[in-house]
Parts: sequence; C-alpha cells; structure tokens
Amino acid sequence: MLEASHLECQRGEKTLFRDLSFQLDQGVCLMVQGANGSGKTSLLRMVCGLSTPAQGEIRWRGAPIRALAEDYRCELLYCGHAGAVKEDLTALENARIAAALAGQPVDDDEAREALRHLGLKGREDLPARVLSAGQKRRVALSRLLLEKRKLWVLDEPLTALDKAAVAKLCGIIDAHLAQGGMAMLTSHQDLSLAAGRVEYLRLD
Amino acid sequence: MKNPHWFAALAGVVRRDILLAARRKSDVLTTLFFFVIVVSLFPLGIGPEMDMLRQIAPGVLWVAALLATMLSLNRLFATDYADGTLEQMGLSAVPLGVLVVGKVFAHWLLSGLPLVLLAPVLGLQFDLAPRALVVLMAALAIGTPVLSLIGAIGAALTLGVRGGGVLVSLLVLPLYIPVLIFGAGAVEADISGLGPAAHLSLLAAILAATAFFGPWATTVALRIALE
Repeated sequence: MLEASHLECQRGEKTLFRDLSFQLDQGVCLMVQGANGSGKTSLLRMVCGLSTPAQGEIRWRGAPIRALAEDYRCELLYCGHAGAVKEDLTALENARIAAALAGQPVDDDEAREALRHLGLKGREDLPARVLSAGQKRRVALSRLLLEKRKLWVLDEPLTALDKAAVAKLCGIIDAHLAQGGMAMLTSHQDLSLAAGRVEYLRLD
Repeated sequence: MKNPHWFAALAGVVRRDILLAARRKSDVLTTLFFFVIVVSLFPLGIGPEMDMLRQIAPGVLWVAALLATMLSLNRLFATDYADGTLEQMGLSAVPLGVLVVGKVFAHWLLSGLPLVLLAPVLGLQFDLAPRALVVLMAALAIGTPVLSLIGAIGAALTLGVRGGGVLVSLLVLPLYIPVLIFGAGAVEADISGLGPAAHLSLLAAILAATAFFGPWATTVALRIALE
C-alpha cells in the first residue's frame, strides 16, 4: 500500500540517509529505529508529505502522495513530537476540536468514551494546562480512537507514558493492525505487539 | 474515502479561536486598548481646535487601526505553529485553505470587528458629524477584513523567522496603503460633500480581490513554513 523508493534526506550540508526503500502492507507495523539525529522524524515527516525528499518518491496505492494530496491525507493520521494540545482548552474540547479540524467531527459522547478508554476518566473537563505530560500525551493519542484512518504515523508515541498506558496503546495498535490498518512508528522502547506483524527499519 | 466535512472544520476553527481568546482575554484587550489610547492621544496633544481635529480624524483613526491590527498579527499562526496544531491542519482531510479562511475570519471577529464598533465612540472626540461617523464605520467594516486577509499572508511568510514581528510590519504595512488611502478618503470625501460612494466601492473591490487571493497565498506560505 505504502511504498517508498530511494529516499534521500538532506539537512543542510549533511546527508542523513540515502537510497532508502521500504514497503508497508496492511496489518503491518513498521518500527523505525536509529540513533538520535539519524533522521527518524525527518523520514516520518516525509511519509506524511510535510516535507519533500531530496531524492526518491513515496507512493500510496500506487500513486505519488504529492498528487493525491487530500485523498492521501484523509487516510493518514500523524502524531508528532508536539501533541497539538492547547493548554487553555479542556481535554474534551481538545479531542473534539482536533477531530473537527481533521475533517471527522465527533460528538461529545464519542470523545468522552475515547478519553475514558485512555484512562482520563474524571479529567475530561480539566484544562490541559493542569494535566501532567503523560496525561497530555494521552489526550493527543485519543485521536487514534476518534479518527478512522488507515495509516498511522507515530513519532515517539510512548514518550512520558506510564506502563499501563503503554500496554493500552499497544492494544490499540494491535486492534488497528488486526483490522487491516498500518502503522509506522519510532520508539526507543520495545512495543509488545502480536508477533509476526512487526517489521524493522534501521537508519544508520 | 472522500469525507469533506468542510463546514464543520471551518466552524471548528472559528469556534476554537474565539474560545481560546475568551480564555486568554488579555491578548485581545491589549490590541483594543492600544487602538483607544493611540486615537485618544491626538485630541489631547493638539488641543480643542475643532477644524484641525475634524480634518485629521479619518487619517488618525485609520492609521491607529492599521497599527492595532499589526499588533495582533504575530499571534495569528505562531501559537499553532509552536504546539503542532498547524502541522495537523496541514495534514487534515479538509484543504488547508478552508482552515485558513476560518482562522482569518476569527481574527477579524476578534481584532477587526471591535475596531469597527469602537470607532464611532472615538470619532466623537474629533467632533465628527453623525453622518461622517456612519461612513467611518462603513469604511472600517469593509476595510478591516482586508487588513486581516493581507496580514495573514505576512504572518504566514514570517512564521518561524527570528525577529518575525518587525519583519511582518515591514512586509505588510506597505500593502495596507491602498486600504488607508481609500478608507480615510471615504470619510474625507463625505465631510467635503463629495459623497463616499466611490471610495467605498474601491474598498469593496480591494476586499473582493484579497478575499480571493489572500487565503490562497497564505496557504502556500504556510506549506513552505511547515517544511
């Protein structure tokens, strides 16, 4: 479904990686590994179409993602370093507004349900300002449950999460893969996903 | 999967920006107080020379409106850029241009519309006739959306640039000149008995042109900033 061929990434004078090719099929989770500064985030941003590779091409269902534009974006969910969580809004408002901006509005009950599932019961109406870093990350991750997208691109989704939340997230990713979804993520921790569905990509 | 919930997304952006402004009122109020104070300084500095005040009133009010709008431009995209929301907007299933229209409209509601409503009160300090006050309001009502639309292009272009605040003024103020000329001109023409229709029509033409090109140019600039 997703194919990348001969990607090259330049940061100023430095070449972070070149001639990088990979393929991602339904039900597979691709773990991108590499040292700090090896270009993991740059690669994920390229896959999302936020930046253009210096060389090479990324294709989705056989067509270049540049040309697909919105047709590609409506199947893509990106969760970056910055969680896009507004400090002045409550957890619930954050979840609902993020979904509306993404083009998939949800109602109050759906948003509450997603937040509860991520262990934020009782915190739905608190401003994000007073939530801990891990709780803010959970708010950001509620989008995984609210937006029905095929391809998930997650940049360090485990940052600041406790063990229970990591297990919950693994369950959510597993369920997504089981339904024929795909995920591409970076992480310095190991995720315990159902075996046989995880592939690795090393950047060095 | 085509899923264009355009209107929900547009309304979502406007609602969110108004909600954020309501939670952080100081940002919006600073701009308004700036406008009120700058305009009020002139009658105090010049003294009670009614003829002089009536003559400078349109220019002073319009220049203050331009500067007040400039003050609020830095915030337009900067916070969304810093917390990653802009990235998410760029990846939305809804075209970025639609969301930009929402942001610009919310900016006008929060920083343009209050100026329109305050202007007649401030105009009284300059001894403007009731008719001239109405024309002033009409000119501001047509002109301030143009300020938001053009300002958004400047704010998007200077996103992530160090010292972007000063740069945005240098970039945008020259582009505001036509609005200033026709906006202030409408009130002057009315005072001198020529009738404001011509100036207001030209302002409306500028609004139509910027409403068409502004969001498009802003979207292109934002895509560049996101790379």
